[in-house]
Amino acid sequence: LDELDRQTLCLCLTHTHTPFLTCFNSYLPVCVSGATGSGSSLIHVVRKDEDIYSPILRKLFNESHHIFVGLQTIREDLPSKNKKPQFVSISKSYRSVIRACMEELQQVAVSTQDAELATQYGNQVSILLAIELIWNLCEVLFIDAVPAGSLLLHLLDWVRLHKADVDEKAREVLQSESPVEHHGYWDVVVSYVLQGRLEEARQMLAKQAAQQYADKNMYKLMDNLLSKMPVYNPGSIHTLTEFDVKWRHWHEEVDRCLQDKSFASNVHLELICKILVGDEDTLLEHKELLSTWYHFLVTRLLFAHPTIKPTELHYYAQSCMAMFLDSRSAPETLDSILLAAFDFDIHQVIKDCSIALNNWWFVAHLTDLLDHCKLLQSHNLHFGSNLREFLLLEYASGLFNHHSLWQLAVDYFDHCPEFGRVYLELHIERVPLDTERKALKVLRICEQRQMPEQVRSICKIMAKRALRNNRLGSALSWSIRAKDAAFATLISERFLQDYCTRGTFSDLDLIDNLGPAMLLSDRLTFLVKYHEFHKLYGEKCFTEAAKLLLSLITAKIAPRSFWMTLLTDALPLLEQKEVSQTHPHLSLGLYDLTVICVFWSFQEEDIELTKVELLRLALARNLAKAIVKEGTVDA
Amino acid sequence: MFVARSIAADHKDLIHDVSYDFHGRRMATCSSDQSVKVWDKSENGEWHCTASWKTHSGSVWRVTWAHPEFGQVLASCSFDRTAAVWEEIVGESNDKQRGQSHWIKRTTLVDSRTSVTDVKFAPKHMGLMLTTCSADGVVRIYEAPDVMNLSQWSLQHEISCKLSCSCISWNPSSSRAHPPMIAVGSDDSNVTYGGKVQIYEYNENTRKYAKAETLMTVTDAVHDIAFAPNLGRSFHVLAIATKDVRIFKLVPMRKESTSTGPTKFEVQIVAQFDNHNSQVWRVSWNITSTLLASSGDDGCVRLWKANYMDNWKCTGILKGDGSPLTGSSGQPTAMSTVVGSSVQTSQSVLNGTSAGRIGKRTPFAPPLRQLTSSKIYQHPAYY
Repeated sequence: LDELDRQTLCLCLTHTHTPFLTCFNSYLPVCVSGATGSGSSLIHVVRKDEDIYSPILRKLFNESHHIFVGLQTIREDLPSKNKKPQFVSISKSYRSVIRACMEELQQVAVSTQDAELATQYGNQVSILLAIELIWNLCEVLFIDAVPAGSLLLHLLDWVRLHKADVDEKAREVLQSESPVEHHGYWDVVVSYVLQGRLEEARQMLAKQAAQQYADKNMYKLMDNLLSKMPVYNPGSIHTLTEFDVKWRHWHEEVDRCLQDKSFASNVHLELICKILVGDEDTLLEHKELLSTWYHFLVTRLLFAHPTIKPTELHYYAQSCMAMFLDSRSAPETLDSILLAAFDFDIHQVIKDCSIALNNWWFVAHLTDLLDHCKLLQSHNLHFGSNLREFLLLEYASGLFNHHSLWQLAVDYFDHCPEFGRVYLELHIERVPLDTERKALKVLRICEQRQMPEQVRSICKIMAKRALRNNRLGSALSWSIRAKDAAFATLISERFLQDYCTRGTFSDLDLIDNLGPAMLLSDRLTFLVKYHEFHKLYGEKCFTEAAKLLLSLITAKIAPRSFWMTLLTDALPLLEQKEVSQTHPHLSLGLYDLTVICVFWSFQEEDIELTKVELLRLALARNLAKAIVKEGTVDA
Repeated sequence: MFVARSIAADHKDLIHDVSYDFHGRRMATCSSDQSVKVWDKSENGEWHCTASWKTHSGSVWRVTWAHPEFGQVLASCSFDRTAAVWEEIVGESNDKQRGQSHWIKRTTLVDSRTSVTDVKFAPKHMGLMLTTCSADGVVRIYEAPDVMNLSQWSLQHEISCKLSCSCISWNPSSSRAHPPMIAVGSDDSNVTYGGKVQIYEYNENTRKYAKAETLMTVTDAVHDIAFAPNLGRSFHVLAIATKDVRIFKLVPMRKESTSTGPTKFEVQIVAQFDNHNSQVWRVSWNITSTLLASSGDDGCVRLWKANYMDNWKCTGILKGDGSPLTGSSGQPTAMSTVVGSSVQTSQSVLNGTSAGRIGKRTPFAPPLRQLTSSKIYQHPAYY
């Protein structure tokens, strides 16, 4: 035995839910048990680090849920050209939610004292940055699907949005004592040019020009060139071809300045001129300012081929990436994803994002939006809808792990036509029913969606739990909701037993207000009616009480075990003047039945003799009275 | 990132089984120390032992929870040839304060003449039914006709499997299209009867269970078996823990209206993974059958997932203490899956810390383990 490796691994996967993605990693509560040789056994419960469930991320899930539901309810019958602006707007909403979340996380990352937490937040911020970058590009290329001309403008916006440090640097430079002497001055100017922000470049250069009397003419020339660069205006009456012609003229003019060595004596202006003419080597010399190959790509297109068509993008993207990246370093995942996007290979983008990020939130929402834009159907209808649903199911399944976010998941399942319902059924019955309130919430969801089996099951579980804890009233109302006649019978019996031992009822309000629900089981009906009998008796409505008692015995819904009690209750009634004198028939009827009951009772073994004696006495007296009455009152 | 919390189990011997209850808030463990322990998860996520008691006079092999509709009920099975049903009694108030609860034995099932190797409750739509399997190859199905009286169980079926049984699994499907179905795994070393997994199906007409299928391709000892949740599909998925991890698809073939025998199935192997490079002891599905977990003698837990094209691959590896295995890859070895695609090993720059994700696997020899482990039952010379 000692030779055996005592590591026995027993695995029990929590039946709870599939991996939940919080910060885009799997949450997987798995219980792993091991016994070590030293004799002390350990159980290891694995779960996702829940500290990442920060309130900030939760806001992301909540707000994106809102957008998602809105997207699903866009009317299908509108023509697609009306829908495109809506889809773009929705895409922008998603992106702004990401940005908001990112900014909040950034703030917390900066302000926290805990170094480890700061790193965590920092990581989340960089993931979100990447996500927004990808999403934005997908919006430009796939959702907005802008044609040549506008394409470059959108790509410029895209690059500018993701290169915020230029503005920071500019601020720093401008706020210094002498901006033109600041060491970062020319970097800012060049950066502006690289991003096509020529107006701002001109303003910066004006400061320099004001101080440079010697090169005044050169600065004037540069300013002129910068101001004249044609920018495509999508709304103008001029066609793309006309724009192209104008742009080529300008480009030739810039080139002439270079050839003429107009800026030769000023290294900075010469550099800017080379950039304006789109010289690749010059651009590549400024890798730190560009910092990414896609910035390089957009800049290169801006100054070499601004009328680029969407279909031509991938060729330039490939070559730019190759030129920019070190031949030694392999492209990273983000690069491949962007490249796939420039290649218009939507499926590759989704696939790479799913794998790389292991982030269901992102791919689920993006794919859903792309599917609404009918972009996934170009491959294969079945395939496309399967992918969307697959991702949404994964994402929503993960949400179910969370104690409050699970409610969002319900809406996602609702919009998955093939498996949404069965997933919901499986998940919702496993939601821990910690409180009545939570149970009611879960029930409402099931009832709204006609899930009778889940409703029944949840109610049964609650009823059983209440019964175990001796909360009869709660148990009864749950079993009524479960429409569980057998259980209702059982609980009613317990109530009646309680009455027998204690002489009082509990949960009177509940029993009084059951209404038609009391018909669920005979025993329950009896319980309600019996209590009613007691109430009538207490209010001295003896006639009504007697009538009720009579009907209880007649209708045979009184359990045998209770007959003795009923007869004992009947005793005083038989004595009541009201009954015996004004309603002799009633009295006689009672008499008849009580005789029968007493007769039956003799067959039971545990009858109390004194009680029986009393009854016989009362019956005899009553009968005598009744006979006398019957005789005297004229019928 | 994964976080593993360790709990001192305080079992005095090997733990053989651990089982979550339906909602994942309670856990039961059983051990060779002959006891069962129940653990409750508090609101802050801490696990506390709320009960610990001696259940058998031999090693307890398995423990399982009944559906909460039937109350707080456990079943255990043991080397002592018995299975037992336990119910939690709401204790005295001072017990509650101490966080302790009591479990009382409702019944002992003594029909088996050998070690009882597995005990499972049938799906709740079948009522309150308990199933055991024994080393002598008999599967017994019991029913409690009155679900309020857990002391009364009647033996409804006895299925003779002819091979020593090690594990059972019920098909959870409650669809009317699927008659009750149970899979039985065997760790018998007998080579004459080739297939070590048998599928039995209930026949409405004969009111008996009849063998529907034997998986002939599974010839090595089977340690665990698990039907996946059904999801309203027409076919069934079954995971098997044997010398490797296998996933089978059972597609019912159309029955002739006159046919009275059990359903015929087309058996397809969906995936086969030998990454554990050793005996696989347990397999377990998540509730939507999208994730399968396996544990093996290599001391690791592996998680398997299918993509939307139904290709299965490894999606995570955990060490025995629950921490992720870093610096190792999830690449399947030479015998890769039938339809599986290779595992991605990219460490994304986007993901920051990569704990819990796929890494590169360093090959290592499985720990020295004799074939005769505590899990393979040799009939002892004495009891």
